[in-house]
Amino acid sequence: MSSSEIAIEVRDLTKRFGDFVANDHISIQIRNGEVHGLLGENGAGKTTMMNMLSGILQPTSGEILVHGKPVHLASAKDATELGIGMVHQHFMLVENFTVLENIMLGVEETKGVGILNRHDAKAKVMALSKQYGLDVDPDAKVADISVGMQQRAEILKVLYRNADILIFDEPTAVLTPQEIKELLDIFRRLASEGKAVILISHKLNELQAVADITTIIRRGKVIDTVDTKTTSTEKLAELMVGRHVTFQRERVPMPVGPEILKIEDLQVIDKQKVTRVHDFDLTIHGGEIVGLAGIDGNGQSELVRAITGLMPTAGGHVIIGGQDRTGATPRQVTQSGVGHIPEDRQRYGLILPMSLVDNMSLQVYTLAPYSHHGVLNPKAMITNTEQLLEQYDVRHSTIEEPAGSLSGGNQQKLIIARELSREPQLLIAVNPTRGLDVGAIEFIHSQLLAARAAGHAILLISYELDEIRQLADRVAVIHSGTIVGQAKTSALSENEIGLLMAGETVPGKEEMLNAH
Amino acid sequence: MRIKNLRLGNLWISVTSVILGMVVGAIIMILSGFNPIENYISLFTGALGSPNAIGEVLREATPLILTGLGFAVANSAGFFNIGLAGQALAGWLASVSFALAFPHAPGFLLLPGAILAGAVAGALWSGIAGFLRAYFGASEVITTIMLNYIALYATNAVVKGMLAKGDGDYSPTIPVQARLRTPFLEKITQNSTFHWGILIALVAVIVVWWLMKKTTLGFEIRAVGMNEDASRYAGMSTKKTIISAMLISGALAGLGGAMEGLGNFQNIIVNTALPSIGFDGMSVSLLATGSPVGIILAALLFGILKIGGLNISIASTTPPEIVDIVIAAVIFFVGANYVIRYLSVKLRKHPKKQPPVASSSEPQAAVAERAAQAEEEGEDAK
Repeated sequence: MSSSEIAIEVRDLTKRFGDFVANDHISIQIRNGEVHGLLGENGAGKTTMMNMLSGILQPTSGEILVHGKPVHLASAKDATELGIGMVHQHFMLVENFTVLENIMLGVEETKGVGILNRHDAKAKVMALSKQYGLDVDPDAKVADISVGMQQRAEILKVLYRNADILIFDEPTAVLTPQEIKELLDIFRRLASEGKAVILISHKLNELQAVADITTIIRRGKVIDTVDTKTTSTEKLAELMVGRHVTFQRERVPMPVGPEILKIEDLQVIDKQKVTRVHDFDLTIHGGEIVGLAGIDGNGQSELVRAITGLMPTAGGHVIIGGQDRTGATPRQVTQSGVGHIPEDRQRYGLILPMSLVDNMSLQVYTLAPYSHHGVLNPKAMITNTEQLLEQYDVRHSTIEEPAGSLSGGNQQKLIIARELSREPQLLIAVNPTRGLDVGAIEFIHSQLLAARAAGHAILLISYELDEIRQLADRVAVIHSGTIVGQAKTSALSENEIGLLMAGETVPGKEEMLNAH
Repeated sequence: MRIKNLRLGNLWISVTSVILGMVVGAIIMILSGFNPIENYISLFTGALGSPNAIGEVLREATPLILTGLGFAVANSAGFFNIGLAGQALAGWLASVSFALAFPHAPGFLLLPGAILAGAVAGALWSGIAGFLRAYFGASEVITTIMLNYIALYATNAVVKGMLAKGDGDYSPTIPVQARLRTPFLEKITQNSTFHWGILIALVAVIVVWWLMKKTTLGFEIRAVGMNEDASRYAGMSTKKTIISAMLISGALAGLGGAMEGLGNFQNIIVNTALPSIGFDGMSVSLLATGSPVGIILAALLFGILKIGGLNISIASTTPPEIVDIVIAAVIFFVGANYVIRYLSVKLRKHPKKQPPVASSSEPQAAVAERAAQAEEEGEDAK
């Protein structure tokens, strides 16, 4: 198999859902040994196309050719037999099964009547694991392993089925920077072994790091296919959204405002008696964005939950606007002027089956004019919702539709509208742009900066270092539940922040970092 | 649009389930050598053919409306109240005991007092399960089942040991002024057991609808039922909400029991099994898919099937249990509504979208469906 051979090709592929054209005469060629990026905004039609390639959806018209032969993919099984494997954005793993059992699932090798041949399967998995640098523990239960390892298990699942065309749908959405780096290395490895890798993404820097060729899709049509290495980030972004996008965030100089949030010596211990946050001190002033950088799982979630009253504190103080709010209930914290953009919008931020009106009223339904003596005032709720949806440009069909029917970006805009409209003195934003496309990110960043310009204090917790470096006045790094260094954002390089995140020291800057 | 479609869909499912259930009943009758058409005719004439029959149907439906509502409220809060029967029994016992305790009280005090006693007793009984769930995480499925048995045997002990005269196994009849049955209603329905409880049930439907849709408590109950994490984030007390929902649910079931005590039986007897209004109330609520008007209609249907069913065995040799098979089949089809949705999409010639539920039997297809829809919505919005 020569590495320049076309592995898979689509010609004039079209997919309609009723009147809506999700894919409009798409033609793409993907070669063996190539990482092919597929770039487009949420809703551009990338996933629809990939679902056709993996046999889940059938095209309305057009052709799919695998190794030069036209094929009809009636089901996922057909695609698997032709060597096409897809790694979904949301993992398809059985939590109570081991990694090995998950990989075997559906293609179990048996000896005799229904007895699993684990030994051979394990040997094959270990061989693949070694060949591609996919480090997994085959006997660990999926529920107990990290997200990164779950993803490697997904990839092994595909390779185990002898796939040589691998499709990845937004694979880095749930990974930490380190895991992302490892994954990009895996892509290179797969390509160098002659596999064709299709990487669906809206993250420009990742595509630039790993994709040889990138095809840009907008509104169901191929806009362009470019050589990724020689195309600038700005150009890619412009092709994707169809207009010029700025990556520079305008931060107007702000005088240091009053102290809004003061956390003193905070201790948080979880139900399993594990200390999650300890000796934590942080101060944020009005008109200031403080970025809290850190690797996922170093106490960020627990810190936010403790500040917002969702988790008890084991010591120390949380002072908001001069008032001691340690141990206050979530509603007391909210009503003392705290807005909270939670880390998981679908689990904490929204009640997906409820209407947009209900979701927009979640934080205020107990207050006048939205209710009087326990009786709701739907008129006031509706007026408020309509106004905010308009003001924050939340694209929707009716205000009675369930929040779950909005796209991810619009769900997040709804939360931001709800939290910012209450004019909070303190805004806590946790990964506010996770999984969103450039257009939505630009909007959300501009809202955060507007809140800063209005004199609000903002605690920005993000796993995207770029985001912190673009927005924050000050960066604080959390490691193992405590702050290991903080400084003006401009005083630390990305590398230095990375060292602190990993729990190491920054040579020559120890004193400056401890000065706060 | 989406929501309206969904509601229409639910109505469709309920109606189809009823028809399919009756078809299954007919098939079983044919296989057993009985004539289904004849039997269904005698069922409906037996249920609707005379004022007496209609009175009995309405009387049968009354407690089912209340227990059905009770199940629906708990279910909105994500709470599966299997204890309706025990709560109804507690309400039955309390209402009759209250009426017997003050035999000389005037009716305008005694009747409301007895009704209230029934509601409070039902609420207390379900409140135990609500409390255990909210503070100790005890599964309400298990606690309410167990509480059912405690209610059954404790009630029997009270009836036998305290209320019954001598060695009897039933309490004395309640004073006239505490009865929901009146000579007027008996007269217009040819001496049926129809009683004023139907008005209480209808008022309860309106109050519960208002409570769930128009009050902050209803908002909280719905929110907690759909997403506990987000509710806590929004400052709701999930403990308080769960207990509130459970108290309301039990109060409604207790009211259902009080209807039996003050209306249907006018006393309380030693029961060998839990009263059927508990489990039938669950079925009513499921058939109604939680909608208040649906609960009234479903309760009436159950009344028709149960009262009309009695006529089947009078008019022919068909055993009356055939009606239970029909009811069970109806509920089976409600539960298996995926099948109905699948068929409904298949039957339509021009499916605009892929069947949303048909694909759920194939996880892969479901993913594609969701992805495609997300894409579509994302695009539509732009």
